[in-house]
Amino acid sequence: MKHMKREHLITAAVLLALLVGAFVLDATLPSYHIAIKVVKKACVYSLVAVSMNLLNGFTGLFSLGQAGFMLLGAYSYAVLCIPVAKRAGVYQYFDGGIVQFSLPEIFSGILGDTVGGVVGMLCALLIGGLIAALCAYLIGLPVLRLKSDYLAIATLGFAEILRAFFQWNALGPLTNGSNLLKNYPDLGGAAAYVILVGIFIAIILLLVNSTYGRAFMAIRDDEVAAEAMGVNLAHHKRLAFIISSFFAGVGGGMLAMYMGTVQALSFKSAMTYEILLIVVMGGIGSITGSVLTSFLYIASLEWLLRGLDSGTFLGISSPIFKNGFRMAIVSVIIMIVVLFFRKGIMGDRELPDLFKPRRKAAKKGGDAQ
Amino acid sequence: MLKIENLQVAYGGIQALRGISLEVPDGKIVTLIGANGAGKSTTLRTISGLVKASSGSITYDGTELLGMPINKILEAGIAQVPEGRRVFANLTVLENLKAGAYLRKDKDGIEKDIQWVYELFPRLQERSWQLAGTLSGGEQQMLAVGRGLMSRPKVLMMDEPSLGLAPLVVQGIFDIIREINRQGVTILLIEQNANMALKTADLAYVLETGRITMTGTGAELLADESVKEAYLGKKRK
Repeated sequence: MKHMKREHLITAAVLLALLVGAFVLDATLPSYHIAIKVVKKACVYSLVAVSMNLLNGFTGLFSLGQAGFMLLGAYSYAVLCIPVAKRAGVYQYFDGGIVQFSLPEIFSGILGDTVGGVVGMLCALLIGGLIAALCAYLIGLPVLRLKSDYLAIATLGFAEILRAFFQWNALGPLTNGSNLLKNYPDLGGAAAYVILVGIFIAIILLLVNSTYGRAFMAIRDDEVAAEAMGVNLAHHKRLAFIISSFFAGVGGGMLAMYMGTVQALSFKSAMTYEILLIVVMGGIGSITGSVLTSFLYIASLEWLLRGLDSGTFLGISSPIFKNGFRMAIVSVIIMIVVLFFRKGIMGDRELPDLFKPRRKAAKKGGDAQ
Repeated sequence: MLKIENLQVAYGGIQALRGISLEVPDGKIVTLIGANGAGKSTTLRTISGLVKASSGSITYDGTELLGMPINKILEAGIAQVPEGRRVFANLTVLENLKAGAYLRKDKDGIEKDIQWVYELFPRLQERSWQLAGTLSGGEQQMLAVGRGLMSRPKVLMMDEPSLGLAPLVVQGIFDIIREINRQGVTILLIEQNANMALKTADLAYVLETGRITMTGTGAELLADESVKEAYLGKKRK
């Protein structure tokens, strides 16, 4: 038991250090600095990747609808948060749209500008999550009867239909058709993102370690045995689907916040694949893996490997370092990870497992057999 | 007492059980033997609610079980150890046991029963942190039985616990079955290993193509010529 305490202490220290790091970034760098952008985007991707892991990794339901649920969250957030005064400009083709209120403004009226604004934005995020969850409930009824590949195809189709639907001109007064939604507020700097995403992931972590989590994993490992233990399959699959979609919706809202503009066009299936890639590379069934890989993936793609596209990388200049070379290198890295980390970077381990003393790791020895 | 009357089950057009009746008295070990496809597993799966019956009745202490959802049947005290072990391979031994107590809310009771299972199977305690998928076949069967016991059943139904295990390990499993029975759990056992099953059982039924063809105590059936011929490998003279 002593060791358990020690590794949890180290884990807490690591997380605290990350949070302090985010505050330091916020304090020392301008808000448009690439480091802050990377942290914010990686936070958002972490949340969505963890939500996908909950469904694909812990419950064993191979769903590819993530981009669709993110789109719902992103639109909900944007529509609910654009200041009333700016609506005429945003919805210029639709007479200012039909939604004529803004949650941050309403709450500002009650709670004062700073607190009210934040509360309003959080409410909008949660409402986005709830809308995504509601959608998941509705399509879950028919779709979750499908298994493996068929479930993936159905959910992928759902996301694609949703994307087309949101660009439909008839919905213009609500969604602005295929035009951008913009001018809505952002929550703040890197630290705000880290805290918010940290809270959401902590909630998912608690869920995974509860009886529900055990039921999800039981379903993944053996449906028949899980049923024989009294686990209600349909109910738990739907629950996992709804919870995962809720957090994907919240993540979508945060992505909207980060990007500053929302357009249905950007929520392509490629976005789902990007997240799936993160989940698989991080380790299916490891929350730490999803978060870690989100940060590595976003940092390399958006920042560290930029030089490969623009001529100079690590001080080396070469004529082959031009547009597109970065993606070639990323592909090679992915292949290397897949070859040498069969179960992803983390396998199914979590952060505290890394700090366990060696002999406690007897469990891993069993894996090698 | 678990009582089955005139139970009929069909998979699509195929009649798997053609009206069987049997009784499982409290505190006894009852075995159901028969060849492949005789309907043994179907009987078990129907009792636990995994398969729906077309007619007949299954009662436990007078309560009708047919049509009840699986979790209610479990709560009524009837648990199943499914065929082929089916442990949760990516969960640890301890997590598997906790999954077995899924429907229970009493934390202290669960903790006590985990200790009880560990007493029955000391090997599981040694390996409580190991992933179930890394256990040997015999250990996985122990875990499957332990997991079944974690719902604190009054009747434990076992579907071929000897499947794919070495003779010595099978002997160990049957010893445990007797021990569990001695501690007050009624056992309904399905076996292809008729010899072992009949030696262990207080009461035995022979199932052939969806019908019960013979009943008796384990010893009676063990001595019966036709059973010897069909299931125990005695040659025709």
